[in-house]
Amino acid sequence: MTLDPVILFFALGVLTRLARSDLRLPEALYETLSIYLLVAIGLKGGAQIAVQPLAALWPVALAAVALSAAVPLVLYPVLRAGVRLGAADAASIAAHYGSVSVVTFAVAQSALARAGIEPEAFLAMLVALMEAPGIVVGVLLARRGMAREAGRSGVGASSWGTLLHEVLFGKAVVLLLGGIAIGWIAGPAGLAPIDPVFVGLFKGVLALFLLELGLVAGGRLQDLRRAGPRLLAFGLIAPPLLALVGGALGLALGLSVAGVATLATLAASASYIAAPTAMRIAVPQANPSLSIGLALGVTFPFNVLVGIPLYIELARRAAG
Amino acid sequence: MQTHERKLLTIITEAAIERALIADARRFGAHGYTVLDVRGGGPGGEREGAWEADRSIELQVVCSAEVAERIAEHVLAQYAPNYAVALYLADVQVFRAQKY
Repeated sequence: MTLDPVILFFALGVLTRLARSDLRLPEALYETLSIYLLVAIGLKGGAQIAVQPLAALWPVALAAVALSAAVPLVLYPVLRAGVRLGAADAASIAAHYGSVSVVTFAVAQSALARAGIEPEAFLAMLVALMEAPGIVVGVLLARRGMAREAGRSGVGASSWGTLLHEVLFGKAVVLLLGGIAIGWIAGPAGLAPIDPVFVGLFKGVLALFLLELGLVAGGRLQDLRRAGPRLLAFGLIAPPLLALVGGALGLALGLSVAGVATLATLAASASYIAAPTAMRIAVPQANPSLSIGLALGVTFPFNVLVGIPLYIELARRAAG
Repeated sequence: MQTHERKLLTIITEAAIERALIADARRFGAHGYTVLDVRGGGPGGEREGAWEADRSIELQVVCSAEVAERIAEHVLAQYAPNYAVALYLADVQVFRAQKY
């Protein structure tokens, strides 16, 4: 199988960065591309919901929310005892993994399309639903853990109101849910006139976005020197184990092969849009270079290069 | 033309706390403010501003010496321990005293 060009763009970004090239995409372009991707994913999911009985969605939606909330609860003790991190860092990293990565989802969709299997499009809704619960649980863990750790000052300056507003009305959730709502209301026929932009251009935009993400991830690699071997090992071992949990859940819910692979990918992915900002506000004591370095420098490349093909293969064997 | 002594308080910090900082500045008596998108580096590393979690802002407030001191004290106590913060004060002359 040839490599997906989208992944080659990511590799180009990383190499460019490591070579200290002066290439730098304007911040406004990064912002534009990420808005485009979130809306496009939302629209596609919404259009599919419009032609699907809603009752079938509830169990999947509830299971996805529970999964996102459970992941930090499982990872936190591992990060505390196994990786030997403090409460703030352990909780922050756990929250990043509980939340999901929209672009990892998009790359998985692209890989599935190349493999000739389309997942249930309503899975886009899960991306929106799985953004927030992991972050909220992560903040709870941080506050409880830091209250127990003696001698730490300045615990949680922000109120829950501020945090919930940040999480629920952050751009990722607003654009995904907004796109889903528009797709749902308009339906596939109504969306047809804007399909050339939001469907036809999708892969090209994703490729450009991954170039940018490669540049960012390449810049994060130096953070990893500070992370230590235990944390690096965590960043490589946690995703496939979480994918097994997500995949098993997908099987139990009776999803298609592509649906199982998608849920496995979502479980294995770590957020780098919603979670970093939310954790920065809610748990300022956590060192962002650890969590972001791990999410973008280790887990994202792992999932894109190795993880997604592996999850698809496992889903094929288990469900096919 | 007559001018009046005021202070220019400049706070360079992470974009994540922009809204909280502006609310604080207002609460401590600032009449207005200006925010710029910036990038730079310090002892804690580089902040390139290429994406969400890496953005930095410069908040400028022209105000009386008392208000500037109150805001600075608050920023140093509340944010400086855990966020990247650069903070400095300069003397400025304004033309309309009631505006600042």
